[in-house]
Amino acid sequence: MEFSFTEEQRLMAETARKIAKDFPPDYWYEKEEAGEFGAEFWKAISEAGFLGIVIPEEYGGVGLGVSELMLVIQELCENGCGMAGNWYICLTEVFGAMPIVKYGTKEQKEKYLPKIASGELEFCMALTEPNAGTNTFRIETFAKKEGDGYRINGSKIFISGADRAKGMLLIARTTRPEDAPKKTHGITLFLVDLPNEAVKVSPIPKHGINYSKTCEVVIEDLWVPESAVLGEVDKGWFSLLDVLDPERLVFTVASVGIGKLAINYAVNYGNQRQVFSQPISSYQSLQHPLAEAYASLVSAELLAYKAGWLFDNDGHYREIGAVANMAKAVAVENATKAVYWAMQTLGGYGYSKEYHVERWWREINLVRLAPVTQQMALNYIAEHILGMPKSYS
Amino acid sequence: MKIAVFCKSVPDTETKVRLKGDRLDTSGIKYILNPYDEFAVEEAVRMKEAKKAEEIVAISMGPARAQEALRNALAIGADRAVLVTDDALDGSDTLATAKVLVKVLEKEGGDFDLLLFGQRAIDGDTWQVPSQVAALLDLPQATCTVALEVEPGSKAVATRLVEGGEEIHELTLPAVITCSKGLNEPRYPSLPNIMKAKKKPLTTYSLGDLGIDASEVGKNGSRTEVLSYELPPARGGGKKVEGEPEEVVAELVKFLKEEIKVI
Ligand SMILES: Cc1cc2nc3c(=O)[nH]c(=O)nc-3n(C[C@H](O)[C@H](O)[C@H](O)COP(=O)(O)OP(=O)(O)OC[C@H]3O[C@@H](n4cnc5c(N)ncnc54)[C@H](O)[C@@H]3O)c2cc1C
Repeated sequence: MEFSFTEEQRLMAETARKIAKDFPPDYWYEKEEAGEFGAEFWKAISEAGFLGIVIPEEYGGVGLGVSELMLVIQELCENGCGMAGNWYICLTEVFGAMPIVKYGTKEQKEKYLPKIASGELEFCMALTEPNAGTNTFRIETFAKKEGDGYRINGSKIFISGADRAKGMLLIARTTRPEDAPKKTHGITLFLVDLPNEAVKVSPIPKHGINYSKTCEVVIEDLWVPESAVLGEVDKGWFSLLDVLDPERLVFTVASVGIGKLAINYAVNYGNQRQVFSQPISSYQSLQHPLAEAYASLVSAELLAYKAGWLFDNDGHYREIGAVANMAKAVAVENATKAVYWAMQTLGGYGYSKEYHVERWWREINLVRLAPVTQQMALNYIAEHILGMPKSYS
Repeated sequence: MKIAVFCKSVPDTETKVRLKGDRLDTSGIKYILNPYDEFAVEEAVRMKEAKKAEEIVAISMGPARAQEALRNALAIGADRAVLVTDDALDGSDTLATAKVLVKVLEKEGGDFDLLLFGQRAIDGDTWQVPSQVAALLDLPQATCTVALEVEPGSKAVATRLVEGGEEIHELTLPAVITCSKGLNEPRYPSLPNIMKAKKKPLTTYSLGDLGIDASEVGKNGSRTEVLSYELPPARGGGKKVEGEPEEVVAELVKFLKEEIKVI
């Protein structure tokens, strides 16, 4: 067994830590309040090569795996960036680069990958629909074969980064469920260039993560050529798993990072703050919940890197799914607990925006709902690992 | 030009210093390239980018883990690296260290035009090694440099900050320069460069390779010895003076005169 990171991985983590120090919580406080994209941060991570981690060298990247992606993201989140350390990278690299690297044609790779690696091209993924959130198979957006291309109609919701992105991974049906021989049949992935007149994008005001906009996307008579199909027609579900698993993993380590960030912040604060005769951090009613959350976060972290390792080493998709869902469920539950108790430690200051914890609270609240809800992660564990009957259909 | 940049592996700046008895407790410490050495590496790389230098050799003496600090220098842009590591080096003081580094320079051809150091290492904080190397080689030196102009084959002009102004030195090459904060803004080693660094040559020497006898280094070869480490005393509570301005001033003056006796 091997638990240590390689020398290169440690140096990458060090670069991520340095960048995080240059974009501290105060920077994100301002961006969040202004509802503004972190352009300076984007430039720094582009120059550091963070957007090309999974992109092969011949296309301008470094040709590494999801493990390195997770490592860099966690360091950014944990060392001051909070969710922002994950958000932009996930949208562009997990939703854009990863599926193109794995399933793209040579032309698609040449068109998108070098620009993604250099930070010139942002991406987004349009999967969720008003009538299909947790239940992906119910998506209704339909791509109808027309000449040497497809005519697409449908509406998507909660599409993060669609307001800025120049590329969109669009998930649509090419065969209706009633005509499909199998439940997993009939879904196709498309690469769509934005902005496009047939794609209407409207931001949705939201609870947190306001340095990025999450949007409603209405697609009306969008025509794309056949060359926009990523992977095989009707068989997109399995390619999609190669996006959704890494997405789950980067959100898992982001949660671990945010949890640790909040705990460290609370510990420093608690060591200074004196209310009665000792620092408040000496009270066990604050110590134990923080200690419990921390220990569980570190456990989830180990599990998450195991999942990353399985993914990078061609593990079976069921095994990856099992480990990733367990890591996600534990990380999110305990990151939520960590931020909750960090806020408790800060007392009234925890409620004030300048002390950041309330922002991390709004950030961590997302992860119980997306990319997959906690309930669905637990359902997966119950059904696929424990062998209990499925309670829904 | 051929530039030597000296690199030390030191505990991360955020390390909480702990003692085990009267020794440093090194468990759980994360090591990094000494931040002042980063200025030195960055400066060398900029000279190479400006076509003033052809080769940058990063040099370190230290335990095996110092290899990572050297990889960091390679990732910033040094061409190759040399690590001297040997159990017998443990306990070497600054002069013994300087002697070893001089031997490395000889072994590497001795034809360096510029020797760049960080002005100090953030762990031992002695500020001595660069000057000792300069003295052993009888080379001109400028310490704590905040600006540097080099004319290859001829001279270096180094600016140092002194109280109330700047001191500008002209040095004939080869020369020793120690680098201060403000000299440049070191780049982050990018991921592509970290991967390239993996393929750059890193040579390891033992004492035998350098023709140094174990008695010349380590505790035996050192004129100074660290007897023990102590943490600084915990900071006592402050004193708060309250009341109307006249009362506060009187109280403060009394305190300054009688208790801490500074006026
Ligand atoms: C800020 C934000 C950004 C997002 N970004 C993107 C994006 O970029 N691209 C994208 O495609 N999507 C995105 N999403 C969508 C996100 O993935 C979905 O919101 C998520 O999958 C949940 O779907 P839903 O909101 O429709 O919830 P629903 O499916 O309506 O679920 C509602 C509740 O019912 C529970 N539930 C449903 N079925 C079961 C069951 N069988 N057993 C137990 N409980 C059940 C759920 O757990 C949940 O608590 C984003 C969402 C948010 C909030």
